[in-house]
Amino acid sequence: MGRKAEYSEKQKKGPGRKARKQGPPKFPKKSFAPLDDEDKKLSHRQKQRVAKRDQKKIVQKAKLKEKRAQQPRRRKPYNSDSEPEEEEQQVEQPAESSDEEVPQLVPVQKKQKSNGYSDDNNDWLTLKSGKQQKKSVKSKEIELEEEDDEVSENEIEANSDEEAEEGDEDVNESLEEEEEEFMDDDNDAQIGKLDDLFDDDELISEPDQDQAIDSENGQESDEDDVDDDDDDDDDDDDDDDDDDGENKLPIERANKKLKKRQEKDAILSREEMQMSVDQSEVFHLPESGEDADKELSLQDVQQRIKDITQVLSDFGKFREEGRSRSEYVDQLRQDLCLYYSYNEFLMSKLMDIFKLSDLLEYLEASEIARPLTIRTNSLKTRRRDLAGALINRGVNLDPLGKWTNVGLVIFNSTVPLGATPEYLAGHYMIQGASSMLPVIALAPQEKERVLDMCSAPGGKGSHIAAVMKNTGVLFANDANRDRIKAVVANFHRLGIVNAVVSCEDATKFRNIMTGFDRVLLDAPCTGTGVVSKDPSVKTTKSEIDVQRCYNLQRKLLLTAIDCVDAKSSTGGYIVYSTCSVLPEENEWVIDYALKKRNVKLVPLGIDFGEPGFTKFRQHRYHPSLNLSKRFYPHTNNMDGFYVAKLKKFSNTIPITKEQQEADEKQLDEAIAADQPEAKTTTDKDAGGEEAIATDAATRKAKGKRAGKPTLTDVEQDLKKKKLEQSKTKYVANVFEKPIKVPKKPKVEQIVPPTQEPKENGKKKEKVQKNGHQASSSNLKPEPKPAAKLTKKLSEAKRVDLDEVPLLEGKPIKGQKQLKTKSKQLGQLKKSKKPTDKKQRFKK
Amino acid sequence: MKRLTDERTKILFEKLAKYIGPNVQQLIDRPDGTYCFREHRDRIYYVSERILKLSECFGYKQLVCVGTCFGKFSKTNKLKFHITALYYLAPYAQYKIWVKPSYEQQFLYGNHIPKSGLGRITENAGQYQGVIVFSMSDLALGFGVLARSTTECKTADPLTTVCFHQSDIGEYIRAEDSLF
Repeated sequence: MGRKAEYSEKQKKGPGRKARKQGPPKFPKKSFAPLDDEDKKLSHRQKQRVAKRDQKKIVQKAKLKEKRAQQPRRRKPYNSDSEPEEEEQQVEQPAESSDEEVPQLVPVQKKQKSNGYSDDNNDWLTLKSGKQQKKSVKSKEIELEEEDDEVSENEIEANSDEEAEEGDEDVNESLEEEEEEFMDDDNDAQIGKLDDLFDDDELISEPDQDQAIDSENGQESDEDDVDDDDDDDDDDDDDDDDDDGENKLPIERANKKLKKRQEKDAILSREEMQMSVDQSEVFHLPESGEDADKELSLQDVQQRIKDITQVLSDFGKFREEGRSRSEYVDQLRQDLCLYYSYNEFLMSKLMDIFKLSDLLEYLEASEIARPLTIRTNSLKTRRRDLAGALINRGVNLDPLGKWTNVGLVIFNSTVPLGATPEYLAGHYMIQGASSMLPVIALAPQEKERVLDMCSAPGGKGSHIAAVMKNTGVLFANDANRDRIKAVVANFHRLGIVNAVVSCEDATKFRNIMTGFDRVLLDAPCTGTGVVSKDPSVKTTKSEIDVQRCYNLQRKLLLTAIDCVDAKSSTGGYIVYSTCSVLPEENEWVIDYALKKRNVKLVPLGIDFGEPGFTKFRQHRYHPSLNLSKRFYPHTNNMDGFYVAKLKKFSNTIPITKEQQEADEKQLDEAIAADQPEAKTTTDKDAGGEEAIATDAATRKAKGKRAGKPTLTDVEQDLKKKKLEQSKTKYVANVFEKPIKVPKKPKVEQIVPPTQEPKENGKKKEKVQKNGHQASSSNLKPEPKPAAKLTKKLSEAKRVDLDEVPLLEGKPIKGQKQLKTKSKQLGQLKKSKKPTDKKQRFKK
Repeated sequence: MKRLTDERTKILFEKLAKYIGPNVQQLIDRPDGTYCFREHRDRIYYVSERILKLSECFGYKQLVCVGTCFGKFSKTNKLKFHITALYYLAPYAQYKIWVKPSYEQQFLYGNHIPKSGLGRITENAGQYQGVIVFSMSDLALGFGVLARSTTECKTADPLTTVCFHQSDIGEYIRAEDSLF
């Protein structure tokens, strides 16, 4: 092998190749002029001139000395010692240069110094004959990186000047040269020189000098006198006086320029600031009816949001005279609704919960998806092994946080994480960071009996089983038969063998089994904390939904507490969690349970998150509620979440049996009152669907026209009416039904929770009264938001599409329920009884 | 939850023996308590007796799953193992085959294993022997039946199927609805 390579190399070797690489050396042609001879012999006139120059120089020197003697004090502040000398030298130049005729030719010859030759050149050569000079020339060339043409031409002169200082003779010679040079460049400068001289004598300030030069040198002066006088200064001065060229490197000059420019910019920006401040200081809040007809872009809205937040941040300072805070707040709410496409109800709730600065952060954070997180299944693998396996598959991940030893956060992945062999083999579960918190709070122990009341899709349940290491028993329950399949699948995939999966109504669980050591209740909720996952929440949730949720949640929580055995040696804990941020679904529910059962709040064992509310608007909750924790997207970068841990300290129920039953009834009926409403709406769909269909049609048509306000007034009115009708129908369903029913308590349970939480069974009569009032009062204001909504529908382009689910969501949901019901019926032909039972229940 | 009939018990153990041979014994005599097979809506569940007792509180209809589901009896009384049985089959498996990493994904989509996808195989496995399929990193991927005996496999050409696919862990996603 080696030989072959050698051969090839040999072949390549050769003279030809080398010749290609470097061309034949080129030698400069010998000049035809015999340099040596001519050098020494000067013509007669030349000799004469030399003599003249010498004389003049002697005179000059004498003058210089005089001047120096006169002006040392003046010079000092101006520049270094060398400069004045030169300047004065130049000062003398014009008189001399006028005599000479040679100069025009000189520059040309200078460029061909090495080979060229002329009389003047000759002259120059003789004068600078020393080797020293040449050396210094070269070194100077390197030192001074002067790119300007003039400068480069003058390099040699500059150097010669330096030497001039050294010796007297040299000085004279170099001076002469300079003069010559100067003449070459431009003859006009003669006048300039005179001026210069004058300036020097009179000591006029620099800028004046510059201007004078500018005026003389027409080529450069006109551009920008004021801005770049420094620039001009440098360029020009290089010719006549080398003070700048010598002392200031190009970098320094550039720096000077830059400084000036920066100063200017600063001034400009200051002015601009002033302007903008002037503008923003007067924020005018539009009148309520003012902007109704105006088309607003999202940028405008955003700007207005900013403005209003500023105003509200220091209301006394920025407010407009005669406008109340509530006006600003209303406007802000409307704008926020428009900008983030929330409905008014939810936005006003959020505005109650968050400070203004936090609110904006929260809303922004809710728009962004949370990072994808996975939980290692500690039954099958370890986090490190899993991380290694996933990294090998091209997944970029990191441990989730110090608070968990099973969480991993995924930054990006080249493979679908829900279909890797590791996933299928049950090594991990895709699960939000926030849904690990309830299990951490629950802290199940081995060999315990644990209940997960609403377990689908089994993420938290499997986490519990993993923490228990497949010992003890885990009861996973979910009321939804479709979703329970996911629980079973996940449990099998993750290798959980100690689980019993059931499909019971969780509120009846205490009739089936009690005596659990721990219960996890991840209650169904409105999902206001997971807006980033499901944006439809922003528009679809209303007061009624919240009401329905918290009634159910209260019942579930009471059931969960009843299921726990307070005498358990290891446990007796209940963890309540929701993915909602509304206090109605969180603190209020816990507060309710605290009153109804022998439970107390205990710390979660999680060191981050914000403490739960102890008071919210008019409500005052139990002070220990600050032991519960809230988690927000903008502070913890996880879904909005609420976790509370309760310890049951006694199995006895503090309220009497009758009260208990009454409560039960109350909640039952509240829930029942909520559910028929959903049903009736589905029933009414036949009628209501038409409206929806036509509505959808108009919306579709509108969508085609890309958000232009094309609907005629008549059409809009029609649309509004329809919407209002459907809305009022809907509302009527909710509130009418209980009123119609002869039993009075029915009214009461819907309302009292919204009105006053503290009044329970004790003051029934009062409550009833209140209930009536509230129901009647609730009936009135309800259509109003609807009207507002429709108004906004017609106004806002963007919101239009987003609000589609508002109308369609519910009927579909209802249909789905019906479907599943029919499915169940179909599946179990034998046992019709249970289904009947269920239906009876709901009624 | 009801006890299996004798006939079904026989079918079950025959099937189990096909995959794990004499290790069936270890499924029944366990150090950590009594485990038993129970039938619930034609599905076979393998569960600790302790848990089984607790599950008796639930009604027939409300109870969805207890312990581990092994498989399902068809109407004609044939037992088909589900992938969920893999949790117990894999550790006790007598005959295993390993698939190459390049063929993992193919198998997880329900394909038979050709000779070219075969990484390793247990010695002395006969034709139609039930085997557990592993990835080269010893991750249980599913189970199947050998189409060729080990010796035949060695001489087979690359495209011939060596193992028929029966069940794979991809079914957790593909067949979630029908499995449970």
